[in-house]
Amino acid sequence: MYSRRRFMQAGAAGGVIASATGLLPAWAKSASAGNTGIFELAGNSFDLTVGHSAVEIGKRRGHAITVNGTVPGPLLRFREGEKLTLRVKNMLDEDTSIHWHGLLVPFYMDGVPGVSFPGIKPGETFTYEYAVPQYGTYWYHSHSGLQEQAGHYGPIIIDPASADPVTSDREYVLVLSDWSFEHPHKVFARVKKDMEVYNFQQRTIGDFVSDVGKNGLGATLEDRAMWGQMRMSPTDISDVTAAAYTYLINGHATADNWTGIFNPGERVRLRIINASAMTIFNFRIPGLPMTVVAADGLNVRPVETDEFQIGVAETYDVIVEPKRARAFPIVAESIDRSGQVVATFAPEPDMRATAPLLRDRPTLTHKDMGMAAMAGMNHGGMDHGAMASGSKAPGPNVQGSMDHAAMGHGTSADTNDGAVKPDMASMPGMSEDKSGMSSMSHDMSGGAMQEHNHKTDAGVDNVAMAPTNRLDEPGLGLEDVPHRALRYSQLRSLDPNPDTRAPEREMEIHLTGNMERYMWSFDGVKFSAVEKPIIFHEGERLRVTLVNDTMMTHPIHLHGMFFDLVVDEGDHKPRKHTVNVKPGDKLSFDVSAEHVGDWAFHCHLLFHMHAGMMQVVSLLPRDGAAPIAPDEMKMDHKAMGHEGMDHGSMKMSDETMKPREISSPDHSKMTHGSEH
Amino acid sequence: MAKATYFSAAGGACFILALAIAPAKAEDPTQPWSQADSYYGPTEMAEARRAVQKEHGGNTMYYVLADRLEYQTNDGDPLLLFDGQGWWGGDRNKLTLKSELEYDLTADRFEEAEIQALWTRPIARYFDLQAGARHDFTAGADRTFGVLGVQGLAPYWFEIDAAAFVSGDGDVSARVELEYELLLTQRLILQPRTELNFAIQSVEEVGVGSGLSTAEVGARLRYEIRRQFAPYVGVSWTRSVGETADFARADGEDPGGVSFVAGLRLWF
Repeated sequence: MYSRRRFMQAGAAGGVIASATGLLPAWAKSASAGNTGIFELAGNSFDLTVGHSAVEIGKRRGHAITVNGTVPGPLLRFREGEKLTLRVKNMLDEDTSIHWHGLLVPFYMDGVPGVSFPGIKPGETFTYEYAVPQYGTYWYHSHSGLQEQAGHYGPIIIDPASADPVTSDREYVLVLSDWSFEHPHKVFARVKKDMEVYNFQQRTIGDFVSDVGKNGLGATLEDRAMWGQMRMSPTDISDVTAAAYTYLINGHATADNWTGIFNPGERVRLRIINASAMTIFNFRIPGLPMTVVAADGLNVRPVETDEFQIGVAETYDVIVEPKRARAFPIVAESIDRSGQVVATFAPEPDMRATAPLLRDRPTLTHKDMGMAAMAGMNHGGMDHGAMASGSKAPGPNVQGSMDHAAMGHGTSADTNDGAVKPDMASMPGMSEDKSGMSSMSHDMSGGAMQEHNHKTDAGVDNVAMAPTNRLDEPGLGLEDVPHRALRYSQLRSLDPNPDTRAPEREMEIHLTGNMERYMWSFDGVKFSAVEKPIIFHEGERLRVTLVNDTMMTHPIHLHGMFFDLVVDEGDHKPRKHTVNVKPGDKLSFDVSAEHVGDWAFHCHLLFHMHAGMMQVVSLLPRDGAAPIAPDEMKMDHKAMGHEGMDHGSMKMSDETMKPREISSPDHSKMTHGSEH
Repeated sequence: MAKATYFSAAGGACFILALAIAPAKAEDPTQPWSQADSYYGPTEMAEARRAVQKEHGGNTMYYVLADRLEYQTNDGDPLLLFDGQGWWGGDRNKLTLKSELEYDLTADRFEEAEIQALWTRPIARYFDLQAGARHDFTAGADRTFGVLGVQGLAPYWFEIDAAAFVSGDGDVSARVELEYELLLTQRLILQPRTELNFAIQSVEEVGVGSGLSTAEVGARLRYEIRRQFAPYVGVSWTRSVGETADFARADGEDPGGVSFVAGLRLWF
């Protein structure tokens, strides 16, 4: 009876606002007595109050900043295209805001203080009004201070105006988050003073001894010397770990045992949102394959998998079809594996799934330093000092010791099937790196080392010498799990991409930072020191390439527009609002500059943003006139003649695909490489 | 579903709303971004813009570290020692205070008391330049120095604090401190450290000879109950060298020896 259809009916009634004492929808209700789930507000008019609340998490009392009194805040459910009014009252004694993550709202409704509006002052009520031309799974959160860490977030479901291509008998929202009983500013300050304050998985003497046993003394010393010289640690994966966090599913710690009910044989849709401040999760339901049907709210061609890494602010919708009447654990494990949260998915309440043991922590490698090409090389002969200094021209030592010809630059652009096998045999020690090397066509063209035309002062501790495209990798620690793990390269949009013009302008943005000083930035400039925003011109089609010079995975979020992740040059690229950029990664997305306005662009790890990893994309109107709404842009496209193009035949020739302002890959080599 | 783009019919409502509210104004060329100004007013937005930039990377904070707060046996002539530092500021500029105090429990007086006030600025990825003043409050030998030093993290994770001091009389001396942290477990940490003091000129009143004057080598084993709170035990060997040792012997003092130490390492 709790099918999603029922809730669509409830939503269709319009204007229905659940009272605080209203019944919980089944998808949010935990089966454990005494627990509270997520309230649903449906309709087109919403009253939200931001305030302080006491919460109980894992049987412990804590203080939270909440929307309507709960963590997470209420589920907002409305319909595609419907005009909405959302009144947000600020009961805090500081400014607040709500940003509608992934929603294509006019920029002045986007909710970023200092960028799109002034913020909501204490005691003030701000009214957001917009209608969005999209449906799917999204979320909202504060964009003020560190309020998001304190509980100020909640889920959004937008129901389609017409039939949903994804059908299910039942659905649940799963809001993943990281809760700290300590004040967020205290947590941030500690990390800033000692970036390893929460890392209790560092390498010790014991690891040294066991590595000597495994790899021999020489190799172990060499490895320690390499990391020591760089002054970096292969265990720096999460800045804040389970030492500070209690991980939550729908506001429930493992001890609270949030439980979702199913009848065997049902098709159940899970809408998974990572609403964490700082935690990238590995999500899996051991024993139950998942079919991914949407990413970041937009439908993708169904792809079956067993586990996926979900960056902060990403969302995935999956379909599961449990056949057996047993309890399954729903597991969200932090990327550093310092902790996890387990919920139960069972045919009846009062069951508790057996939690799997935490798996061994992963460690970073050469590839994560942006030195994939150097893996397995003779470190003794390499000048690490020069490499760390960010000099554009690598020393003869480095150059001389790399066999570019053997690296397989000319591999196929098709990263999807992973079938491309560049000739690795000629590179000793490279055999384990085959997956990531298959997509080097974008970055290693001509064998050139990565250029770094950005600031590299004390705020930048590393530059990626030879970053690789890692879209075809599942993410840190999932490379060698004994089951399927989702890669971005597997995702394809269900609908054809709305704009398939070749990019006419290319820009490269580097993700930079200094781990030790805990400074984070784009292109070496913290947001506090930014003088000029990133400029997009209305109507243009851009290719933005992100180069991760750091050793952390950064979920990068662009407000106000979806971008097409360049997994191939086809017309079904997955469209996202947030992308996990892996350490030493170099990836591109294509984006159409349509929604005029100033849009925030930042790392969605809250403390990275707070430390400076933020910028503004100023999408300027063509003629300096007032902002133009999305559908007028669509008309412009028609005027530009693109509507008449045969998108199906967009397998373009080299000439048309070539972005104008970049040195294009050597296509002849690419063809050659793909024959391997 | 139709091959709809995400900018289909519903975008219309959005557009109408935009027109209804939007007074068309060109953005302010003196501001980095200002398109919201025409909706909410340039004054309010300018204030919010300043705040949002400061909040993301421009914050100031403080740090206090008591690296060594300990009891030293000092060959039956026990001492209390405090060696700590703290800073206040942002990523670019900090005010750093350092202090080292040695209290002789037998004589019931400060053997050594120094405080440094330094301006700190990053000069490399892992190194800060520090410049400022040092004052020694030692009874009968109050002295003030100018200080220029570097502090940071050397390759292989050696923490270095090196400074040159010029006294009011023009005497030049220098100090180098080197620390390393060896993780026996996640919380049990062995910290070897060494401190070397050098002087260019002999200054007999304070018992310092030219060249290497004193050397200290020690190791402390701490247990981090929390990262911020760690009791420790250790051993420390201190010795005056060369002319400095001669001065000490002439004063009837021991030029050096081994101390067992017990103390606390704290930061917040």
